[in-house]
Amino acid sequence: MIPSAFDYHAPGTLDEAVALLERLGDEAKVLSGGQSLLPLLKLRLGDAGHLVDIGRIPGLAGIAEADGYLRIGGAAREADLERSDLIREKYPILLDTAAVIADPLVRNRATVGGNLAHGDPANDHPATMLALEAQVVARGPGGERTIPITSFFTGLFATALAPAEILTEIRIPVPPPRSGGAYVKLERKVGDYATAAAAVQVTLGGQGEIARIGIGLTNAGPTPIKATAAEEHLRGRQPAADAIAEAARLAAEATSPSADRRGSVEYKRDMARVLTGRAISRAVERAGGQ
Amino acid sequence: MAKHDVRITVNGEPREAAVESRLLLVHWLRDVLRLTGTHIGCDTTHCGACTVLLDGEPVKSCTVLAVQADGREVQTVEGLEQDGTLHPLQEGFQQEHGLQCGFCTPGMLMTGRALLERTTDPSEADIRQAISGNLCRCTGYVNIVKSIEYAAAKVRQESA
Repeated sequence: MIPSAFDYHAPGTLDEAVALLERLGDEAKVLSGGQSLLPLLKLRLGDAGHLVDIGRIPGLAGIAEADGYLRIGGAAREADLERSDLIREKYPILLDTAAVIADPLVRNRATVGGNLAHGDPANDHPATMLALEAQVVARGPGGERTIPITSFFTGLFATALAPAEILTEIRIPVPPPRSGGAYVKLERKVGDYATAAAAVQVTLGGQGEIARIGIGLTNAGPTPIKATAAEEHLRGRQPAADAIAEAARLAAEATSPSADRRGSVEYKRDMARVLTGRAISRAVERAGGQ
Repeated sequence: MAKHDVRITVNGEPREAAVESRLLLVHWLRDVLRLTGTHIGCDTTHCGACTVLLDGEPVKSCTVLAVQADGREVQTVEGLEQDGTLHPLQEGFQQEHGLQCGFCTPGMLMTGRALLERTTDPSEADIRQAISGNLCRCTGYVNIVKSIEYAAAKVRQESA
């Protein structure tokens, strides 16, 4: 399959890229790893008059901690996350997530920033970033701004990014001691979107109680879901089985999945419940709790 | 639409071309260079028959623009055999019956090659994980895993 004709641009700097996007207007799309965008253009589900490739801009693919944040560059690939010692040692939730996105070949191209900017509620990083309370840094004609992840996903395939804005960095607050996280996904086969999936990040307090918690859900509605009622239920409580079960039930209640080949609405909701429970338990375990 | 001048090294040989923006890497390899060993299977980023190495990493060449490979190095299945001698992977697939219809084989070989560049002693789990983006509808994968194990053993033996 061949996409409709477009023109390709490879700016060497962010400023050039933003200027191009501003000049080309609605017809332009940002190309990064291309693992969602190119299939979409090939299937002609979408079209673009111009692609602005940010893959050749230096310095956009870093993964490092600085000033209290883990900073993931907008063009860092999933494979970069998987191979990063920092991620392996300190951010198992991100490793869990990267490892179940598409397949290893796709992950050699696909970027974390693209996974968010595509605005697809079936993508895996959105739930994880909601659990981690990340921030998205965007560069546009007016300069740089920071968008909290909770206001980033505005609709189905829609984000808070303005047309001429580029996602340049994802910032994740460095978790305090006694923190842990996990991403648990049910997929029919390698490379499939989630039937259901849950991301949980916790920090335990002095008595082993849950001091902080973030819960994100994948493919459970038109946008990625932050299960706030479930979070509230657990905050300040001991992570006992009955409390986790109730939080999992509340998380499932927040979902509105649609029926498709992956299952019925009832099945997907119940899987969201089961996976949320498992993700909470694993996160608590990784935080050093029971 | 303007064409782009690209310079891409293919199997060690520098190639220059003027390509249309929308030309996919796999079409450039097959239709322009006539390197038809790289197959087009699903054409939707699922099957991995079109796997080539881009700067040493396996990627699905149906989901990369030729222009994105500008200045980079591409390796295809045609580059495996050297002076009439099969690559250990090719020998392994022959010895262990790692193919039936052969359609997925070029992709399997290239993914296998990237794996063996990282480690010459992969576990079965490592192999199965590495080829999890390459689909085979004939073999049930058992003999493909054995073929890659054969190649790994041969590479280890040769470097010992």
